[in-house]
Amino acid sequence: MLGDFELLTLTSNLVLGMLILTMMLSFIRLVRGPSLPDRVVALDLIGSTVAGIIAVYAVANRQPIFVDVAIVMALVIFLGTIAFARFVEKRITR
Amino acid sequence: MTEIITSFLLIGGAGFMLLAAIGLLRMPDLFSRMQAATKTSTLGAGSMFLGVAVFYGDLGIVSRSLLVIAFLFLTLPVSAHMIARAAYFVGVPLWEGTVVDELHGAYNPITHELDSKSFKTEEDQKKIVHSLPAESEER
Repeated sequence: MLGDFELLTLTSNLVLGMLILTMMLSFIRLVRGPSLPDRVVALDLIGSTVAGIIAVYAVANRQPIFVDVAIVMALVIFLGTIAFARFVEKRITR
Repeated sequence: MTEIITSFLLIGGAGFMLLAAIGLLRMPDLFSRMQAATKTSTLGAGSMFLGVAVFYGDLGIVSRSLLVIAFLFLTLPVSAHMIARAAYFVGVPLWEGTVVDELHGAYNPITHELDSKSFKTEEDQKKIVHSLPAESEER
């Protein structure tokens, strides 16, 4: 029978493995993507995955201060994607 | 009990993120890839931060986790919409199995504003497209 602490350790390892697999798959799309917006979408998904990894780390190591880091991460993802969208749109018709 | 709920939410969120990556890799064109990636990653990240909120149960951490969830639910669809709009104007090709393109002819190709009257016919579109400067290699 698993204790509570062992259950959370097992869950954290499993979830971190799944998130690393997610990052690897979206990195394949980031490298292969035929157009620039494909790469931007892949980068957006990688950023969301990093926010998820921060959440799992905050649970696994009992350090709730990392939730603040996740707030900053969400802000940075949003600003980066908006900047790339403006860049893609202005690049042709300048 | 808290740990069980937290584990369930974390594994479910990570499963949704994995589905988002698989959809991003396997879907045929940019717009369906974006659907797969954005919606599922929003739900996955929201579920994981809900798991963090359930695990700590403290007022500060719960409010911060809910702030992250609200921020993700507000910003990820907006950024996906802006990327899709930019990609449509730049001319990223649709999937060859696409049935209907409702936006065709509804936008002014130069000012990128809604203008369905002036550019309805194919001749108007071609006239505008030919007056554009030469496009770069990678769109």
